[in-house]
Amino acid sequence: MSSLSTPTLASTPVIGRKKRDVAYLVSLGFLLLVVAAALLAPWVAPYAANAVDFTAIWQAPGAGHLLGTDQVGQDLFSRLIHGARESLLGPLALLALATVFGVTIGTVAAWNGGWIDVVLARITDVMFAFPGLLFVVLVIAVFGKGPATAIVALALAYAPVIAKFTRSLALAEMTRPYVDAYRVQGVGGAFLCVRYIIPNLTPPLLGYLVVLFGEGLMSLATLSFLGFGAQPPSSEWGLMVQEGQSGIIQGHIWPTLVPGAAIAAVVVAVNVVGVRLSDRLNSRFER
Amino acid sequence: MSENALEVEGLQKAFRVGAGNVVACNNVNFAIPPGGSMGLVGESGSGKSTIARMLVGLETPDAGTIHVRGRQLGTRERGRAARLRRAKEIQMVFQDPYGSLDRRLTVAQCLDQAMKLHGVTSGTSRASRVSGLLDQVGLLAKHGESKPHQLSGGQRQRVAIARCLAIEPSVMVLDEAVSALDVSVQAQILALLNEIRASSGIALLFVSHDLAVVSEVTDDVLVMYRGSVLEQGNTSQVLNHPEHSYTKLLLSSMPGPCWNPKAVMQRRAAFEAEVAT
Repeated sequence: MSSLSTPTLASTPVIGRKKRDVAYLVSLGFLLLVVAAALLAPWVAPYAANAVDFTAIWQAPGAGHLLGTDQVGQDLFSRLIHGARESLLGPLALLALATVFGVTIGTVAAWNGGWIDVVLARITDVMFAFPGLLFVVLVIAVFGKGPATAIVALALAYAPVIAKFTRSLALAEMTRPYVDAYRVQGVGGAFLCVRYIIPNLTPPLLGYLVVLFGEGLMSLATLSFLGFGAQPPSSEWGLMVQEGQSGIIQGHIWPTLVPGAAIAAVVVAVNVVGVRLSDRLNSRFER
Repeated sequence: MSENALEVEGLQKAFRVGAGNVVACNNVNFAIPPGGSMGLVGESGSGKSTIARMLVGLETPDAGTIHVRGRQLGTRERGRAARLRRAKEIQMVFQDPYGSLDRRLTVAQCLDQAMKLHGVTSGTSRASRVSGLLDQVGLLAKHGESKPHQLSGGQRQRVAIARCLAIEPSVMVLDEAVSALDVSVQAQILALLNEIRASSGIALLFVSHDLAVVSEVTDDVLVMYRGSVLEQGNTSQVLNHPEHSYTKLLLSSMPGPCWNPKAVMQRRAAFEAEVAT
């Protein structure tokens, strides 16, 4: 028998193994639950979204109405579930739009450099300097209110943020020798960016976009609250808060509290998941 | 024009640094015959990597011409066909085996896409060629399914070599291709390169600061200092009977059993004083 023993990976003790990330798992579970409820709204919700019941107005949470009712007796729990569709799809559409713009602009700026980069940087600087909400209200003033305008306007406000982030990621990525190796192979610039560089940026970008999703949800709810976004009879969450506020003065807090808490809970959960996700994806990305 | 595999004439390149210019390449001329092998040696900053990057089109020369098998390479390729034609003439293996492979792709995908780009349209012929290439560079079939981070430095450099071979170039430039590898792995890769040169007739240009490596794999050598060629000729001749004082300095600077860093630094200072006058 040989006196030399080779150390193996299996025999080395695992030091400092990561403990289960409870906040991440709870947040992820919660979000999945919300998405499932939104998808299955007609089957899950005990009442229709706009079922008016004047015999049961302003009820506190209880057996008949899980989260209470509003000033015309609509079941808040059902409205919340139905409204989840619009409340979640809105920021999704907004991000999709902003990502297409932002990633394109950021990658083009990083790849071309020179005057294109300067011009794009100035445009994004102007967008940054302009308060986001003011810009959005301006766009809505020109094109009229409504959920679609709100989404497009917010997408235009978010695109520069994503463009800046993408540009810095892409610049770092382009210093990696594999990019030169593709060029030496004869791969053209546009193809190289779309096919190889952008996919390699996806992990850090994805984590960032998840966090932005939370912000987008909040911004859209704000616009709906102000009356620029979703319009009645929608039960979008921001609109629900706005409709419920008339009751606060009379002591009926539930119609405001319920959708408000839903927005807060989803945003917090999205942020927790986003931060953890970008940590995990980045550790893979750095390899 | 002669039928040298690679012929470089009057190559010139300066970089603007601050207010002044740094000459990275000053009137460099050399030729490599088909199947030949040339070393480009010099210290860091001598311009050898700049030459390598100009040859593969990553930098644009200020002046001078590059011919591969009698055909002149353009300074800036426009359009897909011109880019691919250039790539077909000359390929490069990079110094950093950890960064020069796309971390998202498996080895087989990496080779497959290189061939697809260069017009091998049939999927089955690409697949059979992938296994042929893996075999040629001494990798096993199972390595085809690996991603770069699952491979060792030497294995990655083999993949990088296979990726060059997939394009079937006339000339392969190796920019410090074994510098990041440990000595025993270096020897394996050098043996592999010698084998490839013998079997395929691809001419090699070996850019290296390591004289031992250069003496192992090259016929001719070019000694560079601050962008200029100081000495060139047959490798064993230059390394055994150096004429230029810089070549002597370089040789005496090599770490060995009786290596004395202090003496090396003194000789270096004396040489720089000599250059300055």
